[in-house]
Amino acid sequence: MEQKFQYVQRLADAPLILGQRLCEWCGHGPILEQDIALSNIALDLLGLARNLLQYAAELKGEGISEDDLAFSRPEKEYQNFLLCELENGHWGKTILRQFFFDSFHYFFLNELKNSKDDRLKAIAEKSLKEVTYHLRFSSEWVIRLGDGTEESHAKMQEALNEIWPFTGEFFQVDELDLLMEKQGVAPNLNSIQKSVQQRVAEILTQATLEIPEGTWMQKGGKSGVHTEAMGFLLAEMQFMQRAYPNMQW
Amino acid sequence: MKSNWPLWEVFIRSRQGLNHKHVGSLHAADADMAIENARDVYTRRMEGVSIWVVESKDITASNPDKQDELFDPAEDKVYRHPTFYDLPDEIKHM
Amino acid sequence: MTTASLEAKFQEKVDQEVKIEPRDWMPDAYRKTLVRQISQHAHSEIIGMLPEGNWITRAPSLRRKLGLLAKVQDEAGHGLYLYSACETLGVEREDLFEQLNEGTAKYSSIFNYPTLTWADIGSIGWLVDGAAIMNQVPLCRCSYGPYARAMVRVCKEESFHQRQGFEILLTLSKGTDEQKAMLQESVNRWWWPSLMMFGPNDAESPNSAKSMKWKIKRFTNDDLRQKFVDVCYEQAKLLNVTLPDPDLKWNEERGHFDFGPIDWSEFWDVVKGNGPCNSQRLAARNKAHAEGEWVREAAIAFAEKNKQRNIAKAS
Repeated sequence: MEQKFQYVQRLADAPLILGQRLCEWCGHGPILEQDIALSNIALDLLGLARNLLQYAAELKGEGISEDDLAFSRPEKEYQNFLLCELENGHWGKTILRQFFFDSFHYFFLNELKNSKDDRLKAIAEKSLKEVTYHLRFSSEWVIRLGDGTEESHAKMQEALNEIWPFTGEFFQVDELDLLMEKQGVAPNLNSIQKSVQQRVAEILTQATLEIPEGTWMQKGGKSGVHTEAMGFLLAEMQFMQRAYPNMQW
Repeated sequence: MKSNWPLWEVFIRSRQGLNHKHVGSLHAADADMAIENARDVYTRRMEGVSIWVVESKDITASNPDKQDELFDPAEDKVYRHPTFYDLPDEIKHM
Repeated sequence: MTTASLEAKFQEKVDQEVKIEPRDWMPDAYRKTLVRQISQHAHSEIIGMLPEGNWITRAPSLRRKLGLLAKVQDEAGHGLYLYSACETLGVEREDLFEQLNEGTAKYSSIFNYPTLTWADIGSIGWLVDGAAIMNQVPLCRCSYGPYARAMVRVCKEESFHQRQGFEILLTLSKGTDEQKAMLQESVNRWWWPSLMMFGPNDAESPNSAKSMKWKIKRFTNDDLRQKFVDVCYEQAKLLNVTLPDPDLKWNEERGHFDFGPIDWSEFWDVVKGNGPCNSQRLAARNKAHAEGEWVREAAIAFAEKNKQRNIAKAS
């Protein structure tokens, strides 16, 4: 039970942290229509995180709530991909980060909906519809900006070079992944790797962007070793819990 | 300015069986984006099942100054309406 | 037709509650008044995103975070509907943005006040949105069709905003002493600026009469303000909070609550740019717009390229 709890909580962390990042854009987007669109994606991701954390809280018992899990853990216990916590940067970087996550997320949920765990299966089915749209949205924007103006192309290539080393973590398998896979709860990560990479290559080619040659990849998110950006993100997200402990809001 | 996105008019079918209805406008760089923007802007509360977009500049509208000549002549054509015709009381519905 | 007879015909339509539509003849002053009012309204929605957006990343629970994000997103939508209504009068959104960014356009002064605590998110919902709704509901019957239609949509969506704010405050009122103090302190700061949202006293509001005649406006500033005070008095009791006005008391004769004098010098200071956050709000808007320029440009460039490719493919 403890292991399944750990796994479900980990599944929640990626959408939670990425959703938190997207919240920073609200009111500051390049045009009203896109401000609204990005908020929609943030709402979907935070909604998903909430569903997963509710489930995790039930698995844990002990009167733990979704908010305890979301807001009261030390940094070391968050297990999101490092990609999710990267600073927003400009709109193009945010879109590219989103695109990489969506590409993984789409194929991942597509497998998770076959999980033997009924709850995860149901959550995956619901989210897959949303994420299908996210992937379309971010793919189109990557192409648009990559193949837009000279300036936008240069900005996107630069962002791609920066983000690229953070895209290997999706497929780094650890013991918990293996255990959950063995129990039929989690998908086999290797099996989706090819589909994700194919999709990514396809879109980046259309966007006239060059995939960086480097093969060295960052890691650490899954074991709770984060980037320097994470502490600041949490300081903001957990501000109320730290300043006013143990209150209802 | 070169970065201005054109204006699009948005029409939404709120559920199957109903006409698309004009709901407002928005800006988008192209038609695909206009559909997606319409989805995000005008259907956040389950307002629609189908969307049409058309660039505002492509709409031809009737001239309001000609309202009288265009629409008033229909006013006295009462014979186009069923109540113009007398039927015996025995016939309840026709 | 002479201008005088066009104007008479126009007024007759308005008097008969026939809506005016974009391509109908309308007096220049009517058009100007509408553009000014609708764009100010739109700007207020957009600037209004900033003080509340300030707390989305710090919202204290997932439920609150989702609610607040959805609310601020709605405000972007409302701004958009209103800019659209303005565009039917022949003014482009980009031009209105320019006026806003240059600081020549006005917007509701309330958004130049800071959000310092979580309770402020509740107070904005309860008082600021409450006052806004009071102003906006009559606008659903405004004589100009596109504005009225936009307002119907806005009001429909707005109804959850005030409830959300009240619920936040109600939770605080049932919380710890620290939370109750946070609630009271916040209401102390937001009460008077909320009353100012209805605009100057009727005697000081020279354009009001004309707007009433054109049925852009349906009630006077003072009427709406009074209605707001009457409603809030009862609601404050439910929150166990004291409205910061020693003169506030029931007047049997008038059938309304009396309230103390408003500090109009503060109001005019903020209108003129000397509020706590005026420059920060404009700076944030300018930054977002400037940093979005390359994105908007690229999207247009790509759309154009794609169009050419499709033409080439077809031939």
